[in-house]
Order: sequence, then structure tokens, then C-alpha cells
Amino acid sequence: MSHGVVILGAGQAGFQTATSLRQEGFAEPITLIGDEPGLPYQRPPLSKAFMLGKQEIGNATLRPERHYEQNRITLLTGQAAVAIDRAERRILLTSGSTVPFSSLVLAVGARNRKLPIEGADLDGVCYLRTAAEAIDVRGRFGSANEIVVIGGGFIGLELAAAAATLGKSVHVLEALPRLMQRIVSPVLSQFYRNLHESRGVRISTSVAIAKIEGEQGRVRGVRLSDGTLLPADLVAIGIGVVPNHELAAAAGLTVANGIAVDTYLKTDDPEIYAIGDCAEHPNQFAGGRVRIESVQNAVDQAKCVAAAIVGRSAAYHAVPWFWTDQFDASLQMVGLSSGYDHVVTRGEPESGKFSVFYFRGGTLRAIDSVNRPGEHVAGRKLIAAGVLVSPDQAADLSVDLKALALSAPS
Amino acid sequence: MSLFGKKKENASITYISDGGASQTVAVPVGDSVMEGAISNGIDGIVAECGGACQCATCHVYVDDAWIGRLKPMDEGEDEMLNNAFSERRPNSRLSCQIQVTKELDGLVVKTPPAQQ
Repeated sequence: MSHGVVILGAGQAGFQTATSLRQEGFAEPITLIGDEPGLPYQRPPLSKAFMLGKQEIGNATLRPERHYEQNRITLLTGQAAVAIDRAERRILLTSGSTVPFSSLVLAVGARNRKLPIEGADLDGVCYLRTAAEAIDVRGRFGSANEIVVIGGGFIGLELAAAAATLGKSVHVLEALPRLMQRIVSPVLSQFYRNLHESRGVRISTSVAIAKIEGEQGRVRGVRLSDGTLLPADLVAIGIGVVPNHELAAAAGLTVANGIAVDTYLKTDDPEIYAIGDCAEHPNQFAGGRVRIESVQNAVDQAKCVAAAIVGRSAAYHAVPWFWTDQFDASLQMVGLSSGYDHVVTRGEPESGKFSVFYFRGGTLRAIDSVNRPGEHVAGRKLIAAGVLVSPDQAADLSVDLKALALSAPS
Repeated sequence: MSLFGKKKENASITYISDGGASQTVAVPVGDSVMEGAISNGIDGIVAECGGACQCATCHVYVDDAWIGRLKPMDEGEDEMLNNAFSERRPNSRLSCQIQVTKELDGLVVKTPPAQQ
């Protein structure tokens, strides 16, 4: 008897795997196991619309309960796994129960990187990844006036933008010389610095933190290594995530920067797949192995694995895209810019509407667009199809990117 | 869905599938037409990006009697509609960008043959 598919992790990737399996006509049992309570939900709004009070957690739920009933998806929430027993083909849960599987999909995600510093455990020092953490941070926004954000990446800057919009005093601290340094080009880092500063957010880069100081267990400020004390009644830390690959490693599966999978998203075990934030996979748009933290990657890898399980195995080849909303700037990214050796800007950053094109060895690798949705949408087709676009064409506003994209084989 | 359980006004929205099946549901004012579909289990609207106007999988064809009564679309929606899987038509909209108001009570939208 087949035990069907067990999906470990009920985030975007796990939810999508279960849903896509049924859409593919998969008839055997599906069990979706998540360690958070409640129905699977989307994370992107937590640092954006939810923080601003424009969206509630209920509206971030991916599907209502009856979706799981109607699709015969057994949803086990609030249940953490303690081991993957490959020999016996079963998952052991903290509750002591076991769940047998024929195929296993690891969609176990990532967790916040902790700041290893004195005072990081004080009341008023927060991280943001889960709905519970988001509810906590938003609740604290009400009485907080001086907010220090540690980390000038997407999450930190989205939080900073929301807090500033709500009228809070906000100071962002970044260890590297510029904002979002690992992801975007200097022209974008500068644009976002200017944007935040124009809204009253203070930005300090290349800054080292000595400790977080408190009083009677409550945070009262952040002490920099140069001795400066930045008063704070709320400290939000967003310094990236680490993949949850320990269970896989303990089960003897290869892990590197995440759970290692092949181009079909299979681990060393032919019946165990890994997808989403936790999976290090070969990606043609990276020109190597990467781990990608995004909705697009979670959804498209889930669909790829669902198809494989029903016998339509195909290499994963979806074009990566991302987005971040801060104040009135919508940044849409397509492709992977890592390793770029040349950038071209199309349009004027001062206008608040422009795109940055990243090239490597003369080949277009990625496009970041600020308030230029047409260039982003054209870019998805250009990058996916590998259309030849020269730096001169990219910079020339008279060159019609949509027409170039339409010339691409679909 | 309000966190504090405040009573909200609803508008009646009708979703018609590509095959012609019709479902009419009450959607809270302030929610999007996409959210109304998701929370009522209406197939044909996928909403992969969750309403961020990033994916075009909540594409709908708005009934001709209603299309002129919607707020005009912004540039982001207009461009993303070019990425929709099913044919774009003059009455195409992304349902995540249509906010339900009292004035939209009775709105009729049709879902396309496929979203991806």
C-alpha cells in the first residue's frame, strides 16, 4: 500500500506542492505537516501591508480550511518533526507519533539568523518571519517611538518604511557599506538610501554594534562599537536567514548551503525532494548552485516536484523574480545578478522611475526596475528566453523592450 | 476579516467560471475581489503572489455592465496583465487590484480558461 506523499513544511512551497499534486490528478494520500499553528499563510505581507495595518492575518491565509478537506489534504499544524527515518520511510514528530511516506517533500524553509550579541534576548528585541512574530512587532509599534532596525536588507528596510510611515523615529543600522549590498547595484542602494532619508529614516552603514542595552529586562538602546548609544524602545533585527537543513543532514542527506538537490529537485534519496527556501539547487540563471528565498521559487519548485511525482519529471528552469515595496517605490527584480561585471541604468533614478540592467560577460543576467512595471514584465520574457540585449540597447529609452520581448521564442 | 471582529458591510459578488458555473458570495467591503474568491473557495482565481500585483494569476474578465464602474487600473496592473496566461481582453483586470465597495454590490466577473 502506498503511503502517498508527505510534505514537511506548510509554508508557500509546502502548500503549493499539496495543491498542485491534486491539480495534477494525484490520487494517493497527501499529508502536509507544519510547525506553526493555524492554516498556511503568505509571508510577504507581514513586513508590508500588515505592518501598516492595511491587511489582517486572516487575509494572508493561503486557502480556507475547506480547501484542505475538499482536496483530501491531511493538514497537521503545530507539529514539528524530530527525525526523518529513511530506513523505515517515516517521519517522527515531537508528539511521538510517526507519519509514513512513500515520497517525501522537504519544504522546511529557513529561520531567522540570530544576532550573537549581548542584550539580544531583552524584551523589545524582535525578529520577523512568522505571523506570530509579525503580530508581536505590530503590537509593539503602538507604544514604540524610537525604533532601531538592525539590517539594511529587504525585511529591515520594509519594516523601517512601515514604521516611518506610521510616524515613528527610525534608525537603520547596516554592517556593510551600503543597503541591500548583496542583492543590488550601488545605484539602487543609493536610491533607497535617499528615499528612506527623505522620509526621515536615519541610515548608518559600515556600522558595528557592541551590544543592546536594557533596563530591568527591557531594551533601552543600541550601543555602537564607537561608544555611541542610540536610544530605542524597539529593536527589530533582520539580518537574513539560515536554511533548516539539520533534519536532512541527520538523515544522511547531503547539505551545503541548504539541502542539496539535483536539477529535478531530488536529494540523494530518489524519493525525497527539497524545495523552496531550504533547497540548494542548480539554477541556469545563476550559472551555478543557489538557494533562493522567494515566493516565485517556492511556487515554481513546488509545481516542478508535483509534476515529477505524477511521472512528468522535468528539470527546474523557472526564471527567478522578486519584489519589495518600500514607501511608494515598487522594486521588481528578474533574473539573478550575482557575479555581474557591468551595469547600465535606463531612465533617471532622480525621477523615481528607472531600471538597472546587469550584465556578465556581455550577457544580460538580471533587471531591477523601480516603478517601471512594463520593463519588469518585458524583462521576465527577455531573461527567460535569453534574448540578446546589448548594454547600449538597455540604456536607450528609444529601444522598445516589449517589442524585443515579443520577438523571443515563447 | 477584521482582527477585532468589527462588523463589516458586505457586497454581493458573482464569479462565473469559464465553463459557465456561477457562484454568488458576500465579500466584505474593503477586501479585494481576489480575496473574496480565495476565502470562498472559488476555483479559477489562483493569486500566487497573494495580491501584490506581481503574478497575473488572479486575472478576471469583468462583466461589460460593470467594467466602466471600476476605478481605472494603474500602470503596474496594466503591465502585469500582459503577463496573464489566458488572452487579455478589453475587460481584463487583476482581481487583487479591485477593492470591493458598496457601489460594487452585484459585480459580476468571469474567470479565464486558465491562470498559468
